[in-house]
Amino acid sequence: MKREIPLMATAVIGIFMILSFFVPHQLVSVPADFLQTSAVIVVAFGYVLGGANALRINFDAIYKRREGWPYKIVLVAGLLTMVTVGAIEGRGFQGEHTRFTWIYNSVYSPMQSTMFALLAFYIASAAFRAFRIRTLEAGLLAVAALIVMIGRVPIGDWLTHALPYSYRLSSIQEWIMDNPQNSAKRAILIGAALGVMATGLRVILGLERSYLSGED
Amino acid sequence: MSLVQRLETFDRRWIFLVVGLLVLLPLIWPVPLPITVSPRVQKFYDAIEALPEGSTVLLACDYDPGAKPELVPMTRSVLRHLFARHCKAIITCLWNGGPGLVDQTVREVGREQGKAYGVDYVDLGYKAGYEAVMVLMGQSIPNTFPTDQSGGITTSYPIMRGIRNYSSFPILISISAGYPGTKEYVQQVEGRFHIKIIAGVTAVSAPEFYAYLQSGQLQGLLGGMAGAAEYEKLRGESGAATRGMVPQSFAHVFIALCILAGNAVQWLKRKEKRA
Amino acid sequence: MSLHLSHDLGVWVAALLTLCIFSFLYKDNPFYKFAEHLFVGVSAGYYIILNFWTVVVPNLWVPLVRSFDQPGGPLRASLGDYRIWLVVPGALGLLLFTRLFGRIGWLSRWSLAVIIGVYAGLKTTGFAQGDFVAQVQASLQPLWTGNFWTSFNSILFMIGLITSLLFFFFSREHKGALGVASRVGIVFLMISFGAGYGYTVMSRVSLLIGRFQFLLEDWLGHH
Repeated sequence: MKREIPLMATAVIGIFMILSFFVPHQLVSVPADFLQTSAVIVVAFGYVLGGANALRINFDAIYKRREGWPYKIVLVAGLLTMVTVGAIEGRGFQGEHTRFTWIYNSVYSPMQSTMFALLAFYIASAAFRAFRIRTLEAGLLAVAALIVMIGRVPIGDWLTHALPYSYRLSSIQEWIMDNPQNSAKRAILIGAALGVMATGLRVILGLERSYLSGED
Repeated sequence: MSLVQRLETFDRRWIFLVVGLLVLLPLIWPVPLPITVSPRVQKFYDAIEALPEGSTVLLACDYDPGAKPELVPMTRSVLRHLFARHCKAIITCLWNGGPGLVDQTVREVGREQGKAYGVDYVDLGYKAGYEAVMVLMGQSIPNTFPTDQSGGITTSYPIMRGIRNYSSFPILISISAGYPGTKEYVQQVEGRFHIKIIAGVTAVSAPEFYAYLQSGQLQGLLGGMAGAAEYEKLRGESGAATRGMVPQSFAHVFIALCILAGNAVQWLKRKEKRA
Repeated sequence: MSLHLSHDLGVWVAALLTLCIFSFLYKDNPFYKFAEHLFVGVSAGYYIILNFWTVVVPNLWVPLVRSFDQPGGPLRASLGDYRIWLVVPGALGLLLFTRLFGRIGWLSRWSLAVIIGVYAGLKTTGFAQGDFVAQVQASLQPLWTGNFWTSFNSILFMIGLITSLLFFFFSREHKGALGVASRVGIVFLMISFGAGYGYTVMSRVSLLIGRFQFLLEDWLGHH
């Protein structure tokens, strides 16, 4: 029963959600609404669980003096500060001048942006050290990449401004994006859609049970 | 050590330094470079121009600070464009890292344009649940978002009078950085509720949306900072995206040279081995 | 180049944390580690509070409590008013926490079943409609349009689409006609990946431009 009830629930709910796409009647749409609301609520609890789990793991690491434990104190302090401030601030915690918003704007937002900004350096380094043109196919990839990279930015038009409009890098880049690139992307979209539909049906029919992993 | 060996093993931090300088210096000393508007950006612009004056529009801002440089300029220009056409905007966010950033952006533009919160625009804030939220909004937006970003009751705002679901809007403008975002709006909302959608997306996800544009599921597309800069040009603005185009250009040329140089080094190495 | 340093404490905190993270480019160091751990902790706390106040309270607790205020109590609700039934997702949400306790962790599978069922259903129909039916429909365009270049593009598009799809057909060995078609498909796929790489480079560089704009304009006051 520890696996059968969830599998049955998944099947019934999944089939009902598919049915709700086709049947607009209240008897289907109202329960579908309820199921979607339930999913929203359970997902939100999932995020709270994630935060609580992070706290538990890091408390454990501090207690057992694992490697890097002083930094875990910073982590736990940051977590508890955010939770305390947010709890005190109440429903209006995201107001313009709240302490919560200040921490979001001064700590969370800039650090998240900067973490992603590091990628620009690595992509340049990887372009020199790892981008190897050893086959015809890789050469095609490289040529397309170079044309799109230069053609998409103003310097592409500036370099080729003496040419007729259709022969400028930006026009060639547009043609690549609209035609060969688009056809391959559409093929990938269609193929991926078939895969998702198959996987969705496998999950609903109980053939795919990896989400139930764990001891019984 | 031969030249080839030195080039093969040199410290990558020199590449980091060059990239950093190529981005930093043009920001300090700007160089004018002309921006050409692409057809899909023109379509995006035309879609907003075609809106009846005074319409209320749904603006889905699904991003977080990781996509700020690409999508915040788009959001600002879109809001200014809507306000210039006396349109109103209802803003939502389905990314848990984004509501604070979106709210800050929206309120800045609202104040700059002299618009009143709750009357000309309202930020409904964040809701967990990905596509389920999108489909729920098709039933009732006030029920899905009972409170707004700052905790106020949604239905108490004048702008929300008469707003039920997607049928209350002539268009959905989706500014998104990934999942959940434009793709899910096309799949779940365009197909079910038949609302016109235009989108602004990050450059990394833009190629995928050309197929939706060609099929008519999207009516206009801004791709990345370049798309934002082209849109700013159409709007007659010179914002962060426009200022970013010169450093973008220099960095792209450098990375292109890195690809060529890296392969030249490998070719020289193979030649040395054969000799 | 004129500089007017910001007087906002928040901007200074943001700028210093930005520089701590950039210091990783030189090498891993305590400043980076401090900033990284602070970010993880603040993020985790942020997600807890955000989801509590934006979903658990307004979408679960408030409607549930209000359902008891109506005349006749919650069970006299009309069709379409399922507020009292929100007890079920509330309970399922709490059951998720049983994952933290090994012996009763299996109870969380009931919550996962609801999530998986809803999203499997939504994704199946979403992909079927948006990515399959609509895309196939849009592909059925006239090959000859009267204009040479648009007809050339249509034919090229169709060749690219069919050969790329055939490349992913692995139920038969890629030999003979299928082999030729899949090799043509690879050409289109490589062009597509190259274009994708170009756009990815643009995206990553934009993120760096954004951070430098913040440091120069908001922190150092350069305009």
